[in-house]
Amino acid sequence: MNVLAIFKREVRTYFTSPIAYTLLTIFAIICGFMFTSILAQFQRAGFQSAMNPSMAQGLNATEWVVRPLLRNVAVILLFLMPIVTMRLLAEERRTGTLELLFTFPIRDVELLGGKFLAALAIFLVMLALPLINILMLASLAPLEWQAIGVAFAGLMLLGMTFLAIGLFCSSLTENQIVAAVLTFGAALLFWIIDWSADSTGGTLGQVLSHLSIIRHFDSFQRGVIESKDLIFYLNFTVFGLFLTMRAVESHRWRG
Amino acid sequence: MIEVENLTKFYGPTAAIEDVSFTVDRGQIVGFLGPNGAGKTTTLRILAGYLPATRGTARVAGFDVFKDSLAVRRRLGYLPENVPLYPEMRVRTYLDFVAEVKGVPRPERARRVAAAMERCRVDDAANHLIGTLSRGYRQRVGIAQAILHDPEVILLDEPTVGLDPKQIIEIRQLIRELAGQRTVILSTHILPEVEMICQRVIIINQGKIVAVDTPENLKAKVRTSATVLLQVDGPAAEVREQLQRVAGVLRVEERPDRADGRIRYLVQCALHRDLRRDLAAAVVGRGWGLYELRPADVMLEEVFIRLVTEELPHEQPTGQEGEQ
Ligand SMILES: Nc1ncnc2c1ncn2[C@@H]1O[C@H](COP(=O)(O)OP(=O)(O)OP(=O)(O)O)[C@@H](O)[C@H]1O
Ligand SMILES: [Mg+2]
Repeated sequence: MNVLAIFKREVRTYFTSPIAYTLLTIFAIICGFMFTSILAQFQRAGFQSAMNPSMAQGLNATEWVVRPLLRNVAVILLFLMPIVTMRLLAEERRTGTLELLFTFPIRDVELLGGKFLAALAIFLVMLALPLINILMLASLAPLEWQAIGVAFAGLMLLGMTFLAIGLFCSSLTENQIVAAVLTFGAALLFWIIDWSADSTGGTLGQVLSHLSIIRHFDSFQRGVIESKDLIFYLNFTVFGLFLTMRAVESHRWRG
Repeated sequence: MIEVENLTKFYGPTAAIEDVSFTVDRGQIVGFLGPNGAGKTTTLRILAGYLPATRGTARVAGFDVFKDSLAVRRRLGYLPENVPLYPEMRVRTYLDFVAEVKGVPRPERARRVAAAMERCRVDDAANHLIGTLSRGYRQRVGIAQAILHDPEVILLDEPTVGLDPKQIIEIRQLIRELAGQRTVILSTHILPEVEMICQRVIIINQGKIVAVDTPENLKAKVRTSATVLLQVDGPAAEVREQLQRVAGVLRVEERPDRADGRIRYLVQCALHRDLRRDLAAAVVGRGWGLYELRPADVMLEEVFIRLVTEELPHEQPTGQEGEQ
């Protein structure tokens, strides 16, 4: 399978360079740090509620620890995901290996698909880190696993939009740093795009707020899957990959 | 095996190649010879399915390189100019990856990789990182990569550039061995290289094909003659005869001119003899009108001279025209 060959090579490259290790280490440290500070707050609140029985209900670990943790993870991803994707096409363009790859009997879709899936795999490994924190929490307090599962699915979908943006940006330049900065800029823009929605108002305002990649995360974070949010993420990703294909094609036309 | 027709590629407003046409038969080794910027890489990239042409068609093994790109790419191995490989991979892993992408079935893969490595004599570096290999070894890994799936057509873009003399000899030897059933096009700007390994030469200059012939014929043409073009108003057969009689003329060719009906004659003269005065005298002496007399298109000669002089410093210390 061609896709599989590309996928395996990309994953191997992540781990032969220091990129994957660096990313995973930093991500683990930040997640761990956030987890412990949120947990400390939770325990303080729990201690107070033990003093004050009227607050005893509603102290739910899923709501008080997991949700804020995953919300923060989403923010960290905004910063880290550009690093996951920056190399994918930019580096191969710089070294010329992309030219050779394009003369192999493989469709552009398969090539980009393999690369996208490899980045997705790294991202899923990253997501395992907050999951470990949550498993640690499970030994301290009862958790709502279904809601947590939904929230992780949301994170994955959100991450896929980052990956799609990143792959596209990586196809635009030969410079990894430029690719990363472009990705971060574009992702941030899509993150805050609904800020102007209220002042814009009308249909445009609605469109803008609909385009915000983080707004669609809210439902997942609450533990419910809303099909419109699911569809938004999938559409966004597919569209990003489609644009990448077009960019790669037009790059070839220009030579 | 390869049919190229009126292939044209524009980069913006400038043409990198223009109306390039040629054919290559199965099993031939063809040299694509031209100075820097001639359009060799552009043509090979189009044949390899990487660049789309602006105009014209190219067929490899009967498949159109643009419409049937995948079918062509399955039958073709390509070594780009600067040998782009992944420095962080080991030779065997890399070749295994290429074999997989090229669709070599799993049970055959290890055998094919081993065979290609042996063939290109990189088996002793199988577990080395590509980034640590010498230029010659990298080049050979590049060739191994191109022949992995046993393609019918192999395109090599300047396979010997940047190698030391010993490595050059080895690579040339390797290319000769590769031929046989396979069709090989290799681009180069080294004239003797073409003479040594190719059965046919396609000379390209400034994006246009200048000549297609065997290396021997081309050399003979350039070495022994210079061409003069005359336009004469007179009875064709007699003019011909008269011109033929001038001492030093090797051959006379007629070129009827569509526009004014006057006939042009291409006269091949022995080299290093300027026969223009004699030719003019021969025409005027018979009372015919001489409308034009000038050295004919010297493209081929010019290209050769450029190629030969480019070659001089590093491979031709004796200064003989392109001979070993
Ligand atoms: N991507 C590009 N954009 C614009 N012009 C280009 C591009 N690639 C090649 N050219 C131009 O097209 C012409 C042919 O280039 P090409 O690389 O095919 O020549 P070449 O025969 O391979 O030369 P060399 O011996 O230097 O490798 C050159 O004038 C070059 O400047
Ligand atoms: Mg070139």
